[in-house]
Amino acid sequence: MKKKLKISTSTLSRRDFMTETGTLSFFLVAGSLLPKFVTAGKPGAAGAYQKITAWVQVSKDGMITIYNPAAEMGQGSMTALAAIIAEEMDANWADVHIENAPVIPEVYGLQWSGKLGGPMITAGSRTIRGYYKGLRQAGAQARYVLLHNAASKWGVPISELKTEPSVVVHSDSGKKMSYGEIAAFAKIPDTIPEIAEKDLKKEKEFRLIGQVLPRFDIPAKVNGEAKFGIDIQVPGMLYGVISRSPVNGTTPELLNEKEIKEIDGLVDIVMLGHGIGVIAEAFEQALKAKRKLQIRWSVGAKADGYNSEEGFATYRTLVNDKKKGKKVSEKGDVTSAMKSAHKTYDHEYLNDYVCHVQMEPLNAVVHVAADGKSAEAWTGSQAPDMDRSAIAKVLNITPENVIFHSCYLGGGFGRRNGEFSEEAAILSNKVKKPVKLIWTREDDIQYGMFRPTCLQRMQAAVDDKGQLTGWQHYIAGPDDRLLAGGTDMNYYNIPNQYVDMRVTDHGVRTTYWRAVGHGPNKFAQEAFIDEIAYDLKIDPYEFRRRMMKDLPRHLAILEKAKEISNWGSPLPEGRSRGIAFSEYGGSYTCGVVEISLNRESGQIRVHKVWCAFDAGTVVQPGNAVAQMEGGIVMGISSVLNESITFKNGKVQQSNYDDYAILRIADAPESIEVSIIPSSLPPTSMGELSLPMMGGAIANAFLKLTGKALRHMPFTTEKVLKVLG
Amino acid sequence: MKTSFTLNGKKVQVDTAADATLLWTLRDTLQMTGTKFGCGASLCGACTVHLDGQPVRSCMTAVSLVAGRSITTIEGLAEKELHPLQQAWIDEQVPQCGYCQSGQIMQAAALLKSNPHPNREEIVNYMNGVLCRCGTYLRIIKAIEQASK
Repeated sequence: MKKKLKISTSTLSRRDFMTETGTLSFFLVAGSLLPKFVTAGKPGAAGAYQKITAWVQVSKDGMITIYNPAAEMGQGSMTALAAIIAEEMDANWADVHIENAPVIPEVYGLQWSGKLGGPMITAGSRTIRGYYKGLRQAGAQARYVLLHNAASKWGVPISELKTEPSVVVHSDSGKKMSYGEIAAFAKIPDTIPEIAEKDLKKEKEFRLIGQVLPRFDIPAKVNGEAKFGIDIQVPGMLYGVISRSPVNGTTPELLNEKEIKEIDGLVDIVMLGHGIGVIAEAFEQALKAKRKLQIRWSVGAKADGYNSEEGFATYRTLVNDKKKGKKVSEKGDVTSAMKSAHKTYDHEYLNDYVCHVQMEPLNAVVHVAADGKSAEAWTGSQAPDMDRSAIAKVLNITPENVIFHSCYLGGGFGRRNGEFSEEAAILSNKVKKPVKLIWTREDDIQYGMFRPTCLQRMQAAVDDKGQLTGWQHYIAGPDDRLLAGGTDMNYYNIPNQYVDMRVTDHGVRTTYWRAVGHGPNKFAQEAFIDEIAYDLKIDPYEFRRRMMKDLPRHLAILEKAKEISNWGSPLPEGRSRGIAFSEYGGSYTCGVVEISLNRESGQIRVHKVWCAFDAGTVVQPGNAVAQMEGGIVMGISSVLNESITFKNGKVQQSNYDDYAILRIADAPESIEVSIIPSSLPPTSMGELSLPMMGGAIANAFLKLTGKALRHMPFTTEKVLKVLG
Repeated sequence: MKTSFTLNGKKVQVDTAADATLLWTLRDTLQMTGTKFGCGASLCGACTVHLDGQPVRSCMTAVSLVAGRSITTIEGLAEKELHPLQQAWIDEQVPQCGYCQSGQIMQAAALLKSNPHPNREEIVNYMNGVLCRCGTYLRIIKAIEQASK
């Protein structure tokens, strides 16, 4: 099958941010079969690069530039994706340089229904699994182009050629030609064939996939060079900030426009539906103007008068309603199982809202042209094509008229896309000058979008052999997109199950937060399972083992976690272990924590964490371990500390003092991660470890105290209350 | 208001509002963007720089306060190519998103200056004011231990 890469856009261009420092930049010119990268910027550099495919360029001196289609927000996929291409094109890793791809979803979008060309979105731990197959193909095609050119040059059949890292070899004659030498004369064939699966590398031939490679982005992240969206400087740039609705859905009326306009450095005031923007010559001038805004907010919004603590009573009514909710899943006959049970259990698990508080506050630089018919934007977004479209929509132009520059993201976690680009476009459109919009930390929290609060009613039936025979799980909370994730437990043999959700709406802002529904749901499942095991006087590891004894893949993970944690061995006085099993996006993990408790203060301390996981083929093991560590730390933070509350519709927290995330002194002393080897295709990594922390910590607490923690976060107040 | 000070070993003069902070002067006036804005309230440490060798939160430091004094930012930390901490940060593959790491490294550099061989407890106590949302804390500790060997 012949493959053509189609580009439907008219004028596309992309400029590297480093232009000003004299390094290379590339312009992408419209209408060609493949994106055509033309070098510019550095005198004498023009023509030094040869594009090989849409994904790869090679310079005459042998530097291989690989395009990164996904947002790099700390998860390291920029390096892993390039390694997949480099593997199949047989590149010497030392020659590889990585650049962010331009925003062309038709070329650089995720595998969506089997083919690349879906949306450019970095979310749901989809990046490696969503590009693996496509980028192996892209790498093999780049290799084909190099082979094709070498074959033409030497006048030999392509079938007689092979490659070594960054070199084409003709064994019969002993001739060799480096990729750089080929780049000097290479021509792109009109069509590049699809490389058959059987012609891709075998696992045993991998040199890069499965090896620990240093991350490409790290050197620039230790000396201040890495450019995040907030670091972009554009000539003539102004600064914007926005005072947004304190109660979601309310609209502003400005009471002191004259006074604001007199503030030193103020350029303009922009009225928005959800707030008032001020544009000034310097950021601190804009902040000063924002503080002086006197705004009368409308009343009667849905969120008016909402108190999150009272919300739990509403949820309780919902989960106790005999009328079923919106069904999530069902198997067997749970009603009969409950009726015929030897023993039944019925508990509630709750969680507060949590906020992303990624370290880089939301921001974007947008420059709307004087005629309003085009724009240029710089930001870090998890979904650059969505941001580009949002900007285009503000200006009523097509997305192709927005030049979008993807920057590093100072954390994403589900929060970073869309609305800040749209806001910056609105501000810039008012003044037709480049505007850098920055959210303050207070804006980030007070106008945050949160993982929703919810209440889960869990019911279980156990037979006279102590086996779980029935499982009912009712979830009540806001936002049906966010509640059901992770309710499936295909790794436990429970024959009769029923899950539904009873959705309500408080009018407050909610969104995806790392692992989404898995956080609350895995907590409820795993804590409930331990409470049942505790009541039945069965070891929690053993209780789980019995339920997964016929599933060797899952059992291997459980056994590994047991082994590395020395499960069952004696612990010092005042310490206990808790175990939890979890999954995300086709990957599975089991974690064990060791905790202690200060019974005076109510403070839980997590001392050690062990976890084993199976995520199929692990492209970058070093980075995968880092993702597991990061998820564990963020998980502990959210489970012990984090809570957003509403009073009269207003968020009660505003900065890192009252929304306290885990600090280094409270981090575990050690985290040991064990990878279960696998040849299956890669599955998810970035959200895998976080959801098990709620269950693991609650289970260790149950072991230590005999008391159950059923409401995240396990703050000192809640712990003291549970201890009685 | 004009203020003169030494930045990474070079004399600079800036003209800012009287109440401008060091953070935004560094970032916007002097285009030194390695120092980050995280909270604006001395809560996260992302903006940490050295003032006469001592770590300060530049978001709460008035630029007027640094007149005639010496500021070091992440861009000026290394005397040669890389400070030992920067090398250790690479060796231990510390950063994830990387946004907090300028502040982490500047705080750690001040620690090693006053205490070249800190134990784990001393590291943790000294570093506790600098937040990381990606959860790189264990690697930060390892990197500091490596650099202080």
